[in-house]
Amino acid sequence: MGKYIGKRLIYMVITLALIATFTFFLMNVLPGSPIASADKLTPDQRAVVEARYGLDKPLPVQYFDYMFGLVQGDLGISINQFKGADVTDVILSRMGPSAQIGFQGMLIGTVLGILLGMVAALRQNTWMDYTSTFIAIVGISIPSFVFASLLQYWFGLKWELFPVALWKDGFMSSVLPSIALAMFPLATAARFIRTEMIEVLGSDYITLAKAKGASGSEIAFKHAFRNALIPLITVLGPMAVSILTGSLVVEQIFAIPGIGEQFVKSIMVSDFSIIMGTTIFFSVFLIVIILLVDILYGVIDPRIRLSGGKS
Amino acid sequence: MKNSKIFWLLSLVLVLSAFLAACGGGDNADTGTETTDEKEGTETAGDLDSVQELNLMESAEIPTMDSAIAEDTVAFNILNNVNEGLFRLDQENIAIPALAEGEPEVSEDGLTYTFKLRDANWSDGTPVTAEDFVFSWQRAIDPATGSPYGPYMMSGTILNATAISEGSMDKAELGVKAIDEKTLEVKLERPVPYFMSLMAFGTFYPQNEAFVTEKGDAYASNSDNLLFNGPFTLTDWDGTGLTWKMQKNPEYWDAETVKLETINVDVVKEPATSVNLYNSGEKDQAILSGEFALQYGDNEEVVTDLEPTVFYLKFNQEREGAATALKNVNIRKAIATAFNKQDLADVVLANGSLPANFLVPTEFTFDESKKDFREVNGDMLEFNAEEAKKLWAKGLEEEGLTEVTLELLGGDTETAKNMDAYLKDQLETNLEGLTVNLKAVPFAVRLELDEAQDYDIQTSGWGPDYQDPMTFIDLFVTGSSHNLMSYSNEEFDKLVESAKAELAQDPAARWEAMAKAEKILLEDDAAIAPIYQRGEKALQKPYVNGIIKHPFGGEYSYKWASISGKE
Repeated sequence: MGKYIGKRLIYMVITLALIATFTFFLMNVLPGSPIASADKLTPDQRAVVEARYGLDKPLPVQYFDYMFGLVQGDLGISINQFKGADVTDVILSRMGPSAQIGFQGMLIGTVLGILLGMVAALRQNTWMDYTSTFIAIVGISIPSFVFASLLQYWFGLKWELFPVALWKDGFMSSVLPSIALAMFPLATAARFIRTEMIEVLGSDYITLAKAKGASGSEIAFKHAFRNALIPLITVLGPMAVSILTGSLVVEQIFAIPGIGEQFVKSIMVSDFSIIMGTTIFFSVFLIVIILLVDILYGVIDPRIRLSGGKS
Repeated sequence: MKNSKIFWLLSLVLVLSAFLAACGGGDNADTGTETTDEKEGTETAGDLDSVQELNLMESAEIPTMDSAIAEDTVAFNILNNVNEGLFRLDQENIAIPALAEGEPEVSEDGLTYTFKLRDANWSDGTPVTAEDFVFSWQRAIDPATGSPYGPYMMSGTILNATAISEGSMDKAELGVKAIDEKTLEVKLERPVPYFMSLMAFGTFYPQNEAFVTEKGDAYASNSDNLLFNGPFTLTDWDGTGLTWKMQKNPEYWDAETVKLETINVDVVKEPATSVNLYNSGEKDQAILSGEFALQYGDNEEVVTDLEPTVFYLKFNQEREGAATALKNVNIRKAIATAFNKQDLADVVLANGSLPANFLVPTEFTFDESKKDFREVNGDMLEFNAEEAKKLWAKGLEEEGLTEVTLELLGGDTETAKNMDAYLKDQLETNLEGLTVNLKAVPFAVRLELDEAQDYDIQTSGWGPDYQDPMTFIDLFVTGSSHNLMSYSNEEFDKLVESAKAELAQDPAARWEAMAKAEKILLEDDAAIAPIYQRGEKALQKPYVNGIIKHPFGGEYSYKWASISGKE
């Protein structure tokens, strides 16, 4: 196990270096200058401003400078969005709210989704099944910006149950955005659990368990549910990464100071160091989650071995 | 039926969440009632409320509060309210002395200005001195600072600014000197008739050297690392966040004019959200964009402002080294007059914009008798489909063409796309044999294509950087970086040059020269085709008084704003 994780860690570093390299060179073929008022300056003056941010050096030199800084944990400074601010500080200050609503959204989404899916599977072809399937379809097909806008209008403005927007009232501010984010994992979890459980419930070992006299709940939870979890974890892992690292749409609608918007905005305005910073941040997160998911497989299903040879 | 437990759990969760939701309603319900009271509030502007608090929204974060580095509207807007330069735009948008004590002494040749400073303090109690101006101006032009607006605002105006910005001269040579603690001498490269309005611009604000040096890299990184000398101080800004406050500055020299105690600002980027926050009573003003301008068009709380930003079509006469059909003046004139600008402004844009038959906007610049520059030339290149058809036929004949295909390069925002689609339809309907292909790209891409002169027609816009017609007119002199469309007219160039040089001290003749230049550009040459002057609609609560909107520099002044009738 230890050897396996060690090996995976080495791969992770290599993957990360490759991602950073690709992003760096791709970003440099983006049209436009990171200097916002570049069109107002003479070429000489523009060169002077670019030199201030090290953009005058040849690309390979810039690349090695960046990678050298990265190894030491230095992500550089923002060029135009937060002039001169440390990219690490920008990410750290923006990460909290995104992670909070993301975590709450994942929690609500997966718990309710699993419940819905189980109900649907155990009461197949009844009104409960149909309701659950309907909710899952709605959750998958309504885009989050529509759902978030509706929540804001009704629960915020009309019924005044929650703040309309802004990150000012602690937990209360996080409720509507969390629900908006919860819809997708909820629908996904419900669909996966239902399908898997129906399949598992029809298999031979369930019949055997029944014959042995196991109770209904024992069968549902100990046998069926546990087996249905495997495919769910496969999709939920990466989904958790994208939800925890923020959503452009939900953050903008609820005016939340999250990191989600920066993934898009930094590219639009060619804020190079922010593009690199957010990409690396996201990649690290994703790679770590994938590793955790792989380890979890083994915990949930002993048949899945992580490494070859003796187990 | 053990599974029924699950249902119990589910119902419990639902009941619990409903309960939580009801609890949360408490605070907001109060705000709701307040909203109704507000609307019934009596409008007696004279009686100020005891709570002088204004709640506003911004559309973007503050990129920096360092006046030497700032280059965006949000920063310049806040700088205009928390700091102050030698001059300030007043309620009528006229530059009046602010930190300067009265008008400056100007030398005979118009090249040397001597300002006397009034007694004013920084927010930490230290006095604002002439040295503070010298320091901040030198800092803004110093290549090591990497400021884009320093070189942009000072080059060709302040003595030696160009050479310093390009790194060939020391910053100490800049034409600004502290004669004594309260006397500032500024030397110019050429007489600048609009110099006073320039002194109201953020880049020319003072900075306290001791404070800036002590803070080093941390200077202006959050509200604790800033000093203020304006009507308000900035507080609660962490440097990257979406929220900040402005509080009345007791050290401000004119503090008794300032009525507002607190301004709460939040960044809200989603237009629908800002309207919802306005309607919930949490915010006192909301800019209406796109469809919201239409939806709220006749709401009684809507205020419409005309901005001095003009949009126009640029005609590229030479693409990839070869002359285009747009080289022909009749073809240009035909296109410029073949689309209905009134309908475009009223129906497509519907945000209070005006159809533009001019380059220099209305309600922007005035001569000494306060007469609008617009009154000199009146309208040019008005919509006239019949005339356009004749010019089109004539142009085609001269070029020996029967049909023309042109590419219209435009922005990728919703507004830009709608406008370009309308233009395509109008032009193709009114001009037989014309095919317009639309190309919508992001701003950065458009700039690249513009620099490469790789387009036929381009929708473009310009907002002023100082209060003078020249900020628009000199865009189109031969070789200007905004004139990458091979337009060149010797007479136009000469008029612009004379307005900048020998006529600089003769306001009437200079005004005349600029008007003549505008006439050549539009009426004679149709080098560009004006489309519209931008308007802006906003919802504003009736209890808010005295917010002043400015045509350039900081967008708003809250110095004279107050709340009355909210309670």
